[in-house]
Amino acid sequence: MKVVGLSGSKVGSKTRTAMDYTIKALIEQYPDIEVTLIDLAEYDVQFSDGRDYREYEGDTKYVAEMIMDADAIIIGTPIFQASIPATLKNIFDLLPEKAFRDKVVSMLVTAGSPKHYLIAEQQLKPILSYMKAQVVQTYVFMEEKDFYRKEIVNDDIIFRIQRLVEDTVVLSETYTNIRKAKEEQYGF
Amino acid sequence: MGMEKYRIDESKGLEFGIYTLGDHIQNPATGKRISAQQRIKEIIEMAKLAEQAGIDFFSVGESHQEYFTTQAHSVVLSAIAQATEKIKLGSSATIISTSDPVRVYEDFSTIDLISNGRTEIIAGRASRIGLFELLGYDVRDYEELYEEKFELLLKINEEEVVNWEGKYRAPLRNAEVIPRPVEGSLPIWRAVGGPPASAIKAGFQGVPMYLANLGGPASSFKMSVDAYREALRRAGHNPKDFPIATAGWFYAAETTQQAMQEAYPHIDIGLRLINGQSYPKQQFAQAQDTRSVMNIGSPQQIIEKILYQHETFDHQRYIAQMDFGGVPFDKLMKNIELIGNEILPAVKKYTAKGKED
Repeated sequence: MKVVGLSGSKVGSKTRTAMDYTIKALIEQYPDIEVTLIDLAEYDVQFSDGRDYREYEGDTKYVAEMIMDADAIIIGTPIFQASIPATLKNIFDLLPEKAFRDKVVSMLVTAGSPKHYLIAEQQLKPILSYMKAQVVQTYVFMEEKDFYRKEIVNDDIIFRIQRLVEDTVVLSETYTNIRKAKEEQYGF
Repeated sequence: MGMEKYRIDESKGLEFGIYTLGDHIQNPATGKRISAQQRIKEIIEMAKLAEQAGIDFFSVGESHQEYFTTQAHSVVLSAIAQATEKIKLGSSATIISTSDPVRVYEDFSTIDLISNGRTEIIAGRASRIGLFELLGYDVRDYEELYEEKFELLLKINEEEVVNWEGKYRAPLRNAEVIPRPVEGSLPIWRAVGGPPASAIKAGFQGVPMYLANLGGPASSFKMSVDAYREALRRAGHNPKDFPIATAGWFYAAETTQQAMQEAYPHIDIGLRLINGQSYPKQQFAQAQDTRSVMNIGSPQQIIEKILYQHETFDHQRYIAQMDFGGVPFDKLMKNIELIGNEILPAVKKYTAKGKED
């Protein structure tokens, strides 16, 4: 099983910090899983121009292919101007319409204000559903007060990250098993 | 008028054709890929067998990227023209956007002369865009390149002396594009896929429509067919003068179960390599329903499907793609045999229109 952690912003540190905790939890809880963290702050990804994702070059091609190749994706995103950042939206625009078919996608959201709580529900989930993801319904929402100097200081967040990791892996394995069993019945 | 201009005789029933994209993919059962030379020779051989089986039409497409081998599709068609006597020939499709319409017309009217008047052009705008960079075009001009060059191609077909000016090609002043085809003009179709917008353009232009339909229910493509005929009417044409061809996946075997088992690995590997994502098994399983547009199954099941599609579309030609994804030649031979012996006679019998229709 391949999991990609996608840290969706070039700005700030909270999302990356939360992703680091998440990847660490994933490795500890499931040492056999192949995990890759892609922090978009570290890649030079171009804007989507509509071509097939395999025809991009360099970082853009790498990021798109890693995501397409994953069984599960954990997306970390901040909330900017009451929406997801353009860096993250661009990743979705680079990929085919049904890119997340047969993939489980889960979310961690960091924000400067509790007023942003429903942004992921109303803006990120519809994109993931449109792209055919099996979405882990519950996401981890974090605010400024949950962090102190690139550390998470709220134990509740740490527990919730552990549960998010577990839900992502369990759902991915479950859907894969159900699909395999179903496909065997087709007989072709 | 009627469809004579497009060499269609509805009293003979629905025309049956075969098309190939000229894809060059390993056989998933063996993991081995035949050489490009062998693939091209097998395509020519497939056309000969199709003719022997009584199939009406054979066409070859161009794709300029990895996993394809008939980039020079007009050259392949020329070899087929020489190797056959009665089967109609066409391109599926010629990407007119990235070609010079003058050169395309010269090529195809030459093939028409070699084939004694059997040649047609199906002009498309490419579903794979690798050729834009290779041939020196900007994919941002995707729509305009197609519209301008397709209009020019139609003009060359209609007028022996052409005066023309456009954005993407040097102007033509009293230009005679020669040689002329046997009957003075060629049937030229507009290749249409996806949403009805292209079908509507074909209707307004007053050109026959070649509609690609790979998956899903036949009824969902009816919208494009209706939109095309409505656009023809609005532009002052009679829809009865314009043929419609549909094109999609085909695979016949003794039983539907066997056809599904044999066809899926090819479609799976072909789509993975060319589109980056496979066709889900769950959706493929629905191809067993008569209402699905995918003509995969036993000969009897395929006959039922084609007749259902004919009832839905009232189209004039169906073109089967049976060689996608490294299907070995012995299976292609078997498919052509089933078409000739079982499918074609039944389809012709039930779709032939009396003169009073």
